[in-house]
Amino acid sequence: MAARHVRTTINGDAVEFVCEADEALLDVLRDRLALTGAKEGCGTGDCGACSVMLDDRLVCSCLVLGVEAEGRKIETIEGMARGGELHPLQRKFLEHAALQCGICTPGFLVAARALLERNPDPTETEVRFWLAGNLCRCTGYDKIVRAVMDAAAELREGRHAA
Amino acid sequence: MPLDQSAKPNAFSKVGTRPLRPDGIDKVTGRARFGADMNAPGMLIGRVLRSPHAHARIRSIDASEAEALPGVKAVVTAADFPDRQDEFRDVLVNVMARDKALYDGHAVAAVAATSAGIARKALSLIKVDYEVLPHVIDVEAAMLPDAPILHDTMFTKGVEPTPTKPSNVAARLEFGRGDVAAGFAEADVVIEKTFRTEATHQGYIEPHACLASVGSDGQGELWVCTQGHFMVRDTCAALLGMDISKLRVTASEIGGGFGGKTTVFIEPVALALSRKAGRPVKLVMSRGEVFRASGPTASTSIRVKMGIRKDGRITAGEAELKYQGGAFPGSPVEMGAMSAFACYELENVHVVGYDVVTNRPKQAAYRAPGAPMSAFAVEGVVNDLAERIGMDPIDLRLKNAAKEGTRSAYGPTFGPIGLIETLKAVKSHPHYKKKLGPNQGRGVACGFWFNFGGQTCVSLNINIDGTVALAVGTPDIGGSRASMCLMAAEELGIPYDRVRAIIADTSSLGFNDVTDGSRVTFASGMATIKAARDAVQKLCARAAAIWGIPEDAVVWEEGAARPAGPNAGAFPPLTLREIAAMAPKTGGPIAGHCEFNAENAGPSFASHLVDVEVDPETGRTTVLRYLVAQDAGKAVHPAYVEGQFQGGAAQGVGWALNEEYIYGADGRLQNPGFLDYRIPVASDLPMIDTVIVEVPNPGHPYGVRGVGETSIVPPLAAVANAVSHATGIRFTELPMSPPRVLHAMDARRMAQAAE
Repeated sequence: MAARHVRTTINGDAVEFVCEADEALLDVLRDRLALTGAKEGCGTGDCGACSVMLDDRLVCSCLVLGVEAEGRKIETIEGMARGGELHPLQRKFLEHAALQCGICTPGFLVAARALLERNPDPTETEVRFWLAGNLCRCTGYDKIVRAVMDAAAELREGRHAA
Repeated sequence: MPLDQSAKPNAFSKVGTRPLRPDGIDKVTGRARFGADMNAPGMLIGRVLRSPHAHARIRSIDASEAEALPGVKAVVTAADFPDRQDEFRDVLVNVMARDKALYDGHAVAAVAATSAGIARKALSLIKVDYEVLPHVIDVEAAMLPDAPILHDTMFTKGVEPTPTKPSNVAARLEFGRGDVAAGFAEADVVIEKTFRTEATHQGYIEPHACLASVGSDGQGELWVCTQGHFMVRDTCAALLGMDISKLRVTASEIGGGFGGKTTVFIEPVALALSRKAGRPVKLVMSRGEVFRASGPTASTSIRVKMGIRKDGRITAGEAELKYQGGAFPGSPVEMGAMSAFACYELENVHVVGYDVVTNRPKQAAYRAPGAPMSAFAVEGVVNDLAERIGMDPIDLRLKNAAKEGTRSAYGPTFGPIGLIETLKAVKSHPHYKKKLGPNQGRGVACGFWFNFGGQTCVSLNINIDGTVALAVGTPDIGGSRASMCLMAAEELGIPYDRVRAIIADTSSLGFNDVTDGSRVTFASGMATIKAARDAVQKLCARAAAIWGIPEDAVVWEEGAARPAGPNAGAFPPLTLREIAAMAPKTGGPIAGHCEFNAENAGPSFASHLVDVEVDPETGRTTVLRYLVAQDAGKAVHPAYVEGQFQGGAAQGVGWALNEEYIYGADGRLQNPGFLDYRIPVASDLPMIDTVIVEVPNPGHPYGVRGVGETSIVPPLAAVANAVSHATGIRFTELPMSPPRVLHAMDARRMAQAAE
């Protein structure tokens, strides 16, 4: 199988890579581009640890082919903080102790940001159902949900202030 | 040296606060490096070929075509691991099948190739000639006299005389005291029931992963996600015939373990492949491999009989426990048996246990191994006893609860313990007064875990700028570096962020037992405190030398050396930072160490309260409210203590309601993925309330008890009691999945209609 040449945008940067036609975007990110923030927990789209944004759509990168990135825009956990400044979700996850082992955290953060971009004032139930595609085995979700709600509140305040 | 090694004022300035964790930024930005996140120059990709049969003799393996495939650099089979008959025999056979494949997923060969695709292709070219044998999956079936036998060298231990016929019962155990027959005779109500639990998986989100590199000089490096890198080193060195000193193991960040990463699976295979290929080899399990071939927990069948007087006093307890732990001996039946009645003051108790082998993957520890199942059975019966005599279930437990001075059912007499305090916390919580609606039910259950100490080594270095480098040897699985930094800062009297804790590799620090038994905050914490006190002693000695006064005339207070009293002389305090800066001129580096075997771990008790609603149309159970009250002894970082309480409860809810290993008639696992093995998701759970009870453990300078495991002990029973309350049907089998609950409700509707 001949390798394919792909041009894409990742976290705002133009990126080119070569991959096999049957190679998952997750493997491209991790093994070819050294972006290991997205994790493989299952490889079947059940755990959400590999969540990234593809043209503003939340996807499991294990279910997307690398070649599908051609001409599109990808955002990963590595692009979430602005330089040294954490995104409010990242900060709230730390303040609420919303991670224990941390393997699911990048996926949760990417998914939670996608939620807040669509719905700045989600109810607890909306947060829980939006994040139902992200598995966490450590926390029981309590502190994760609180962190997301708290970050949403802070982001809303910031919006009012501005 | 005026430092009292035991006493510590009750007022803490750092311990008990909630600072941000030191590994936090890395984990929210994607920088943290877990098992599969490491690469090496020239690296090959490893893949493992696994048996599709539950039980089969391996007549031959022909790997010649795979070896000839371009890009394949090494193939290994059992022939690459010398046979042995010592304590490593079972792990050796589990890592790579020898004459027989003992379960669906058992490794039979492995390859290393230049790409994952070539490695996959190579696996398909390996020809294994299997003779399929009859298999057995169920624990009761495995104990039958005509069951297929896994090991023809297995003769039940603990039976006199030793049987002459091999069986699948590896061992029988028995203990007790008093006279249970007399106890039951004294009872007004006696209840006897048999309970069954299915095997569940720890379900850590990070699959097993490692990167191995062995050079032609025989020296090796291993990067691996594990709960115990010293254990990995010693086991791998033994299986590969290496000197322990020649293998350096580094623990990566670990993406969950819960006991499942306390042994080796792929690590010796990766090292063997690397040694053969002469190049680094990365080996990562798929999720399917994790389910089929790592270590789930035991499935069980447990009969419990208990008697009670009308006044609420339990008169006797009897249990027979059958645990299958997969294809090798070592199910956690002994701990299940010992913990079964630990919550109660019992004069008359008798317990028998059976450790059984079946054609399933070798079980590994799962959070309080063995205890959730026996608590499910005992707490279910206790619940029904309360109902039968018309007593509040918490009052009944309070009346019989183990307390300081109680001789535990398994032997030792308890010191100060917090079971009663947790029960009172639940009873006085607003949750207990909430009104229940239609189809809703409430369940209470208690739980116990021993907690462990173990071999521990910590090194604490004072840097020239007054910061502290703390090296611990127990992988941080849930925020323990934050706790270690808090305890070091507390002892040294310096800010929390001046201490940086790392998990040192096996060549940089002395031996440490694995992160298990809820031991890290207790044992590594105590070692950290001792190492800090060792450093303080040296800091005081330096100050004494600078001042020209005796060492015992110097005390350490609030981060500085001070003269012990007016007679010692009038010197301004010397801070840690000042002494550190002068270290090169006053005797060289300053460090504190501790190498010890931690003893006197304090048991932790918990009481859980849960409300559920059961849909009569579908049998689906919704958890409405959940409360955990548990004794932490002393919560060093309360946010992570709460996290342990909540996480254990959530795992227990999954075990109670959904999770199970489902085998087909062919002995193959039918649900090796997160779609069909469904762990709780965010929309399945409510907020989980917590109450941290603090009854100090006298065996720790700050009173710390382990907290990680007890939290999974009560939920199976608490949820079952709630579902039984909601439906009016006693459930004795897990999981209480919608089909099972619906079936039970339908059966009752049919029976009522027939009447």
